[in-house]
Amino acid sequence: MSSGTRHHILSVLVENKPGVLARVSGLFARRGFNIFSLAVAPTDDPTRSRITIVVDVESAPLEQITKQLDKLINVLQIDELAPVDAVERELMIVTVTVSAESKPELLSLTEEYSGVVLDEAGDRITVSLGGTPEALDAFTARMGAAVVGYQRTGRIALPRIV
Amino acid sequence: MKTNGGAALIKALELEGVDVIFGLPGGAILPVYDPIIDSPIRHILVRHEQGAGHMAEGYAHATGRPGVAMVTSGPAATNIITPLADAYMDSVPMVVITGQVGTAGIGTDAFQEVDTVGITRSVTKHNELVTNAADIPRVVREAFHIATTGRPGPVLIDIPKDLVDPTNPNSALDWYWPDSVDLAGYNPRLEGDPALIKDAAQLIVAAQRPVLYAGGGILKARAAESLLALAELLDIPVVTTLMARGAVPDDHPLCLGMPGMHGNYTAVTAMQESDLLIALGSRFDDRVTGKLDAFAANAKIIHVDIDPAELGKVRRPDVGITGDCRLVINELITALKQIGAPEVQPDRSSWKSTISGWQEKYPLAYVQSEPGDLLKPQYVLEQLRDNTPDDCIVASGVGQHQMWTAQYWKFNHPYTWINSGGLGTMGFAVPAAIGAKVGRPDRMVWAVDGDGCFQMTAQELVTAAAERIPVKIAILNNAYLGMVRQWQEMFYEERYSEVYLSPDLPDYKMWAEAMGCVGMRVESPEDVLPAIQRANEVDDRPVVIDFRTDAREKVFPMVPAGKSNSDIVVGPEDVR
Repeated sequence: MSSGTRHHILSVLVENKPGVLARVSGLFARRGFNIFSLAVAPTDDPTRSRITIVVDVESAPLEQITKQLDKLINVLQIDELAPVDAVERELMIVTVTVSAESKPELLSLTEEYSGVVLDEAGDRITVSLGGTPEALDAFTARMGAAVVGYQRTGRIALPRIV
Repeated sequence: MKTNGGAALIKALELEGVDVIFGLPGGAILPVYDPIIDSPIRHILVRHEQGAGHMAEGYAHATGRPGVAMVTSGPAATNIITPLADAYMDSVPMVVITGQVGTAGIGTDAFQEVDTVGITRSVTKHNELVTNAADIPRVVREAFHIATTGRPGPVLIDIPKDLVDPTNPNSALDWYWPDSVDLAGYNPRLEGDPALIKDAAQLIVAAQRPVLYAGGGILKARAAESLLALAELLDIPVVTTLMARGAVPDDHPLCLGMPGMHGNYTAVTAMQESDLLIALGSRFDDRVTGKLDAFAANAKIIHVDIDPAELGKVRRPDVGITGDCRLVINELITALKQIGAPEVQPDRSSWKSTISGWQEKYPLAYVQSEPGDLLKPQYVLEQLRDNTPDDCIVASGVGQHQMWTAQYWKFNHPYTWINSGGLGTMGFAVPAAIGAKVGRPDRMVWAVDGDGCFQMTAQELVTAAAERIPVKIAILNNAYLGMVRQWQEMFYEERYSEVYLSPDLPDYKMWAEAMGCVGMRVESPEDVLPAIQRANEVDDRPVVIDFRTDAREKVFPMVPAGKSNSDIVVGPEDVR
């Protein structure tokens, strides 16, 4: 869950076609590298998709994977984003159990993290919040054992404007 | 013009200049086999789909043009995966067309359905499942473009049956032919960076002990002449890897021959002792480098390759240049002349005399057989080499016979040596030789095969006999999986496990005759030449000669696996 120092973020612009994600992920799988998180969606140009891959790998094999990715016909551009040079966001939805006493605390924490309540029934509340991966980690840590359901999107990222 | 997908496919292949398809029909590809009857394209009906793929490879190796194979879905597609992987490893331009079940059946476990694009993704340069008949001309155009440009490789097109069946409305399209190919994500860089070429030139003229390390990329780039010009300008020796044999003539004084695990002492040691390796279209394969951190430890590296992923993949270059070998070498020659080459180079006479000293001290050698003993495989190869035309094409399988051929043949022309280098595919020789002969009917084509390899793909000699393709096969029959036997003898304390095949089960002469070939058996040295001469005279059917060779003979020199190239074992007397 936490973002370790060996994480690399690859932002891969691809043709929006069947099988392209399998080509990309296959290059990681073949070398036994685990993809930490993955987010895929079309860009403003619907013929193209952007794949944001967070992968836990040393730099030398990453360079080789990047070069192999670049050889895929359907891959248009690859940028490796250093965390300091990128803006990153991730979306999380989380269901927690609350009591009468803890509910106001949860609501105020949710507000503090600019989250919103999506659903509520009995002693459970589902909230969504977007933010940096670190912020989501921090929020989750404060919820502790109250968390009963948890889903994150994987991060998306763009280079900082310079 | 209204047409259908099947007719459009054949027309597109014609427009790509395809003159021959190696294939075998079946259910899903059936509609495409109807328009073939009316096409000028020759179709060669193979006996196994693997044969179609290796024939397409042999054709491509010999001609430089893309080989084309066409087979049906399911088991046919899985049967052609080995040739795809082989072509991918050795950068062979090839287009494979597979039939697929109809679009409505895809994903339903239909009869003869496999996920062909899924299972071939990692062994093709590109593949494409066609989902719309109107895409067929464009996809064919793109496939040939991708297969033949940049680093060449195999491309697979998977076409569902309904898109090529004229009775199905899904097959209807308006014919068109794209003027050009528009692939935003595919722009191979051909020209080398001029600044890097200047850097390379500076390293070269400063080097004391340089070696040109020529790989298969030289042949793919049609760069043999440029390479020779570079070597001669600088008076620098060249090693030609297994994939580059013939790129520089073996009888040229600068040619040191083959490096690697079974390379000759001089080629291996010259690289090992060099202070500059100029790698041209080569990829620092483990069979060339031996133990990597001990490989050419004091050498700087110039690495030229059209595939940027090769630069630094194994050994980090001091100067890495992405580009087409022919163009980069030509630019390098210009840059070298501009800085005063060859005159500005240091005196390398001691390096040259060191090399010629190795050549004198450590020639390739074997001991001739005693009367009554089985043939020495090297003797058979020398006789074959000396009694075939200089431009004879020779194909091989994988194993001892392959290494002996690579060592003992004199390759004096590019594109005369066809083998499976990267994948090491046993059974490659027979179909590859057939494909080569189809592509170059003007040339004599011999395959040197092992008895183990021959049994894997021999059925394609039926194809060759039926199609009157007069290839000649020399089986070096030592009754063993010889290379495995060699390893078991040397590294497993002579514990021979599952390597014995028997010299006469099958009876190769009778088998050859049953397949419509001339069959011969040779057991003594004096019969070798007459058999070869008789084979050379046959031009209406294939010939198979069963040469009974000595199983005790091993391939030397040898760098044992995992050892440094400096630990090269020159001959049996040197085995510790």
